[in-house]
Amino acid sequence: MPPAVVLVTGVSRWLGGALAAELASDPRIQRVIGVDTVPPSPAMLRRLGRTEFVRADIRNPLIGKVIAAASVDTVVHMNISSTPAGSGGRVPMKELNVIGTMQLLAACQRASSVRRFVLKSTSAVYGASSRDPAVFTEAMQARQVPSGGFARDSVDIEGYVRSFGRRRPDVDVAVLRFTNFIGPRIDSLLTGFLRMPLVPTALGYDARVQLLHEDDALAVLTRATTGDFAGTVNVGGEGTLLLSQAIRRLGRIELPLPTPALGSVGRLSRRFGFVDYSPEQMRFLNFGRVVDTTVLRRDFGYTPRYTTAAALADYATTVPPVLDPAAVRTVGGGLRSVLGRIGDTASAVEHRFRPAPPSPALRAVRDA
Amino acid sequence: MPEARVIRLRPEDDEPRVAAPPPPPGWEEQLAGGVDFLQRRLTGEYETDEFGFDPDLADHLLLPALRPLFRRWFRVETFGLDNVPADSGALVVANHSGTLPIDALMTTVALHDEHPAGRRFRLLGADLVFELPGVGALARKFGATLACNEDAERLLTGGELVGVFPEGFKGIGKPFRERYTLQRFGRGGFVSAALRTGAPIIPCAIVGAEEIYPMIGNARTAARLLGLPYFPVTPTFPLLGPLGLVPLPSKWLIAFGAPIETASYGPAAAEDPMLVFNLTDQVRETIQHSLYQLLLRRKSVFGA
Repeated sequence: MPPAVVLVTGVSRWLGGALAAELASDPRIQRVIGVDTVPPSPAMLRRLGRTEFVRADIRNPLIGKVIAAASVDTVVHMNISSTPAGSGGRVPMKELNVIGTMQLLAACQRASSVRRFVLKSTSAVYGASSRDPAVFTEAMQARQVPSGGFARDSVDIEGYVRSFGRRRPDVDVAVLRFTNFIGPRIDSLLTGFLRMPLVPTALGYDARVQLLHEDDALAVLTRATTGDFAGTVNVGGEGTLLLSQAIRRLGRIELPLPTPALGSVGRLSRRFGFVDYSPEQMRFLNFGRVVDTTVLRRDFGYTPRYTTAAALADYATTVPPVLDPAAVRTVGGGLRSVLGRIGDTASAVEHRFRPAPPSPALRAVRDA
Repeated sequence: MPEARVIRLRPEDDEPRVAAPPPPPGWEEQLAGGVDFLQRRLTGEYETDEFGFDPDLADHLLLPALRPLFRRWFRVETFGLDNVPADSGALVVANHSGTLPIDALMTTVALHDEHPAGRRFRLLGADLVFELPGVGALARKFGATLACNEDAERLLTGGELVGVFPEGFKGIGKPFRERYTLQRFGRGGFVSAALRTGAPIIPCAIVGAEEIYPMIGNARTAARLLGLPYFPVTPTFPLLGPLGLVPLPSKWLIAFGAPIETASYGPAAAEDPMLVFNLTDQVRETIQHSLYQLLLRRKSVFGA
């Protein structure tokens, strides 16, 4: 049964806005309420259609009134910040993520109308270390519990959502553990990182990266909101790439730096607001992370349309390459034809000086 | 008029002809292959799997680099390759020795080059391997992954040939005087992985690796400082510096034994510690026995 009234938090960001717009275009859903601390951009506002925007902070008890007044039956919680840069520092980020989630859950627990809760979580809850198994399934836990930052927040948030599920067993809780997003429109940690012409990486490490295309992310969120899946599911594209391979496919230039130097580059780039190299981000860039998506395909019932490689290729159409793969191909082709010509000449010369040995002489045959 | 008939000019024409092997590629073809490889590496157009295995790099760079060591330096001879299945999952369990895990690399070359199906050997490595920068990333590209039950079972379920050295550091870092005596076989984790996936266990004995870096001492203080399980002292290392890293050219023999099937026990048997211990012992004794046989067969340590 499709939901009647949906509340989406974090609607001013690309993915939240896209989900709200998608839900608003579904005539079976009566109302879509978008909540965020900042108003959406004019372009986003146009896309949102009949979505009602409420400028509210989920850290504020006001959110409870919104849920009760509109008798919301489905809550999609996406207001989780992954970088300190976006929310004005690590302390406000933690406050928004953890305290905000607690407030939202407290409000949902009171509201008897709520039937479904969807959490946009992350595969970062599995951590990233050298002692990880290569592929995480939903039943596995982090070998080394992330010690800080976004991953730690996400672990805490999932914990609160689980205990909410215990206190309100009548509410279906869906926890979606997304891998890294990529695509032409979305703004994620990785898109910013891979857009740099010179990509600094950790010397001696090569992470395994699993990507999810923005369209697939949107489809999974929509399906989770309107469907009846309850439980935890990993969401990621088929296949993996190595970080170095992804950088090469995008025509970027990899700049491997020793880990201590990478730390100072990270601090510098954070200060100038380029790309965030937090310690947990660095651990991810060292070891990477791959999740098993059997549950997604079998139980949740969705197969991503883009593989990791295809998602990256789609993203590549929006970033002009520094080292153009087409140029590399042309040079390679040129070299090959030159080699072919040299080879032909060499064998011709060889024939001239050393004629091929005569074919084995016919043997005497017995008289028939 | 006499009957016309065919007179064969060469009697051997009656026998079906075996197609002549293609001539070895000329230098210009090899160079063109190198250009292809470089182009693929620059544009990232190659495949890697979820464990970080990079077959393109392994086939065109890592295996060719190891081949001279395999053919000329150690003159590796293999036995019982028909015990290794051609297309299904199996767990190869081998003895570990030689201070550095050269035995794992040589077994990989053996299974790739000498097995008719050209099997890829997926090694399970210790934690330390993947903690070291450079080494860990390269090991993954070579097809290795962390020795844990999750990874082993995933590889075996996927029909891969998985390699494990249950002695671990106890085996590879043992003093030279204890050569060819198997150490304790861990906790039998490899047996439970095989039981859970029903993959056969293939005992593998490697003779020759013990003599490449004869470890006559262990500098414990240096090892502790560097965070390593042992710090080898060999007749040439650290005395001769980097020159001491050249392995001694011992003669190697690698034998794959008859598979020990595990499917009939069922996956639940992995929870039966007695069965796991018994199977572990059986594998260990088989390897020890075949080590002695190989040692008898080898005429001299460094000879032909």
